[in-house]
Amino acid sequence: IGKVFPAYNPATGEQICEVQEADKADVDKAVQSARVAFSLGSVWRRMDASERGRLLSKLADLVERDSVYLATIESLNSGKPFLPTLFLDLQGTIKTLRYFAGYADKIHGTSIPMDGDYLTFTRYEPIGVCGQIIPWNFPLMMTAWKLGPAIACGNTVVLKPAEETPLTCLYMAALVKEAGFPPGVINILPGFGPTAGAAIASHMGIDKVAFTGSTEVGKLIQEAAGKSNLKRVTLELGGKSPNIIFADADLDLAVEQAHQGVFFNAGQCCTAGSRIFVEEPIYDEFVRRSVERAKRRIVGNPFDPTTEQGPQVSREQQNRVLGFIQSGISEGAKMECGGKALGLKGFFIEPTVFSNVKDDMRIAREEIFGPVQLIMTFKTIEEVIERANNTDYGLVAAVFTNNINKAMTITTAMQAGTVWINCFNALSTQCPFGGYKMSGNGRELGESGLKEYSEVKTITMKMVTKNS
Amino acid sequence: KSTMIRTVFSRSLPRLCRPPACHYSAGAIPEPCSQPEVHYDKLFINNQWEDAASGKTFPTINPATGEVICQVAEADVADVDKAVKAARDAFRWGSPWRRMDASHRGLLINRLADAIERDSAYLAELETLDNGKPYAMSYTMDLPTVVKCFRYHAGWADKWEGKTIPIDGDYFCYTRHEPIGVCGQIIPWNFPLLMQAWKLAPALATGNTVVMKVAEQTPLTALYVASLIKEVGFPEGVVNILPGMGPSAGAALARHMDVDKLAFTGSTEVGHLIQQASGSSNLKKVTLELGGKSPNIILSDANMEDAVEQAHFGLFFSQGQCCCAGSRIFVQADIYDEFVERSVERARRRVVGNPFDLKTEQGPQVDQEQFNKILGYISSGKREGAKLMCGGGVAADRGYFIQPTVFGDVQDNMTIAREEIFGPVMQIMKFKTLEEVVTRANDTKYGLAAGVFTKDIDKASYVSNGLRAGTVWVNCYDVFASQAPFGGYKSSGNGREMGEYGLDNYTEVKTVITKVPQKNS
Repeated sequence: IGKVFPAYNPATGEQICEVQEADKADVDKAVQSARVAFSLGSVWRRMDASERGRLLSKLADLVERDSVYLATIESLNSGKPFLPTLFLDLQGTIKTLRYFAGYADKIHGTSIPMDGDYLTFTRYEPIGVCGQIIPWNFPLMMTAWKLGPAIACGNTVVLKPAEETPLTCLYMAALVKEAGFPPGVINILPGFGPTAGAAIASHMGIDKVAFTGSTEVGKLIQEAAGKSNLKRVTLELGGKSPNIIFADADLDLAVEQAHQGVFFNAGQCCTAGSRIFVEEPIYDEFVRRSVERAKRRIVGNPFDPTTEQGPQVSREQQNRVLGFIQSGISEGAKMECGGKALGLKGFFIEPTVFSNVKDDMRIAREEIFGPVQLIMTFKTIEEVIERANNTDYGLVAAVFTNNINKAMTITTAMQAGTVWINCFNALSTQCPFGGYKMSGNGRELGESGLKEYSEVKTITMKMVTKNS
Repeated sequence: KSTMIRTVFSRSLPRLCRPPACHYSAGAIPEPCSQPEVHYDKLFINNQWEDAASGKTFPTINPATGEVICQVAEADVADVDKAVKAARDAFRWGSPWRRMDASHRGLLINRLADAIERDSAYLAELETLDNGKPYAMSYTMDLPTVVKCFRYHAGWADKWEGKTIPIDGDYFCYTRHEPIGVCGQIIPWNFPLLMQAWKLAPALATGNTVVMKVAEQTPLTALYVASLIKEVGFPEGVVNILPGMGPSAGAALARHMDVDKLAFTGSTEVGHLIQQASGSSNLKKVTLELGGKSPNIILSDANMEDAVEQAHFGLFFSQGQCCCAGSRIFVQADIYDEFVERSVERARRRVVGNPFDLKTEQGPQVDQEQFNKILGYISSGKREGAKLMCGGGVAADRGYFIQPTVFGDVQDNMTIAREEIFGPVMQIMKFKTLEEVVTRANDTKYGLAAGVFTKDIDKASYVSNGLRAGTVWVNCYDVFASQAPFGGYKSSGNGREMGEYGLDNYTEVKTVITKVPQKNS
């Protein structure tokens, strides 16, 4: 009651402001509000699907109108460099909202030629009240990825942003109101995982929970759903994604893409290409060029336009990454550059490269979520396929080669939800995204993303006489 | 409905000073200016305004008065060639339009929708001036529907997906949904803006380029929209608009060797010519939206008031100038007399007059030719023994106004029961049983739409499944939505427009099969 928690600027470690902290009672209130907004006959349920789309479109327009402000706050609260935030995160957010705005009135059921004198068709209905828990690495984009499909399908939402980065999500809530969404359709609760998040996962009045975050917490969410009301669960979790570089690859392209693939967003990406397998003939050259590139990476104030890499999001994350670096050293990997925290204020870490990494080292098995690049070598395609798949994760994979046969073989063999050929982190709102194995279940974005937010109802009516 | 008076602004200032339509609540229709300025009267090719190569022009008429509004450039064969070249160039491999993200095509279409919405009061005035439909309808029905059509299709641009397919053998197979190429589009005069939207929206969403010939009776609003197409940033050559005549410009488009597809909405008679022209030229793909003689079936358990009003609207809407007009109303015997009496009373109450008057329900027919044709049908109805219940004559001294006309005791073999009248002339026939009425309803070369009014769940499904028509309305009529496919069985046309189905007509499917070393599931 009246509790608050601090929001920090990770570039300086200083507090920005205090934010209201939601707990179980607040979750109850939000769920109640979302439930009422979802009741049969409500404004939201009676609304034309195309009008739901119009509201999402309007929200996109408002985000675009205020994109400089939003990018500033996002940068301040998360440490992401300002210019990439403005051009990538904000554009990604706007495009995602617009994409799903366009889908709202295109969610089709079917009419079905079943056996017997019946007329049968399916309706794709909204599931109901959806709990959504999002992480701190792409606060705005994650908000759009969650709201877009849920709202397009007609659900109501209770969304908990990460406690590290609540500010831009709260501003979006103001835009949601300005756009004209009926009250109760979208509810936003800043708060902590073990309290507010857990309350959402185990709530008897929530029909579905969507979580993006660590695999560790993903397991807790699934358990909570099973223990409570069997709410539908979709999970977008961690990764330890392989990036496979063949000797015939365009080496400049591969080095740069592999660099960005692991260092983007200070390494805080579920898709980080954190196990780079380089074919033996080009291994030494690849390592040399990667180290040279890493040394050139500009780490600094997020608001400096030349900055490529900002701080880690929190002291906790910074310490965790530094701990992994130590384990790499102690397990015998060769640290080619970096390895230390940078500066006295904030949570910066030097871009770090390890070579001669063995598959069984901790740094090669566990998700680091920091600016630490691991380079290993391989001989044959069969070998690298086996090693790449030898993980409990399965989020993404990439292959760099000019050979069409190698590309086709790798893409088929990878146990990963997205496979990139001669590119990395090429994501777009039209493409389904999600994990094999313990990287999650379900897909977000694209038409596939809509399935997770619909409940299919089959309606069968007796007919006097059926004709084809 | 309350009205707002803006006489000073609407009469003296050009459209740029007009406040946006969205300021008005749903119930308020702004007082229209009955002499909106015409800003565009030339051909629109490559985002430029051009005179016809021949220098020829033709007049467009205000059907409420018979007076000429202005002269408009008249496109002929040479202009069609020029426009097709522009469209072909805009479609070339590597062009800005071909390289554009699909989502960006969607964004441009959305911006066009926004611009049309911004200028909708003016566009509604221009539509009413050129076509004669009541301003209240142009403003509250045509314009919002146009905007929704563009917005709907904008959303499809980046969602029209091919498939990957598990074929036999060591292969990787996928399909691409590619645009067909240069699309010729010929649109009619009954819903000028809406027909333009129905054609442009799916074609542009799927990445095609367009040469559109607009109806000679109603070229003005399409040309204004062309200016908005340029304003919002479509690359040059993507959309080209040609005012002109059917037998010259239209025919040139239909037989052009470099047009990949033709979409035509108009009479069945001309539809035959279009299909033949395709066969004798380059086998361009053809889709047709043609005429209808749609049955509206009223069962004895129907809600009488509702059925009468809907049947009235279903026939008389848009001065009867609707391809899907419910022009054969079959009424079950035991409610026949009451239905006819109520329909006649309703028709007598229909307000015919100046389309700019907000109380008007029915304006003039679009031109002299239609006017004469309809009066001819009314004569044939009297001659062949149908019972004229009300109307039957001219409704005003000038312009092309016809009285709302109702014929009772119509027999299936009468001319007015078989041929499309396209005017405010209602035919009411009697039937006994369901089987009989479905057979009689289907006994026509047409198959565009149909309606059935009943409360009974079994009768509704029996009739709606038995009718050979592209759209069947149950307890409603003339309900259109951008999301729902529309089109004809039989001689009412081929292909569907609107909905996801409508995208098929503007797509070439390419199958790509790549050999792989070893396929795995």
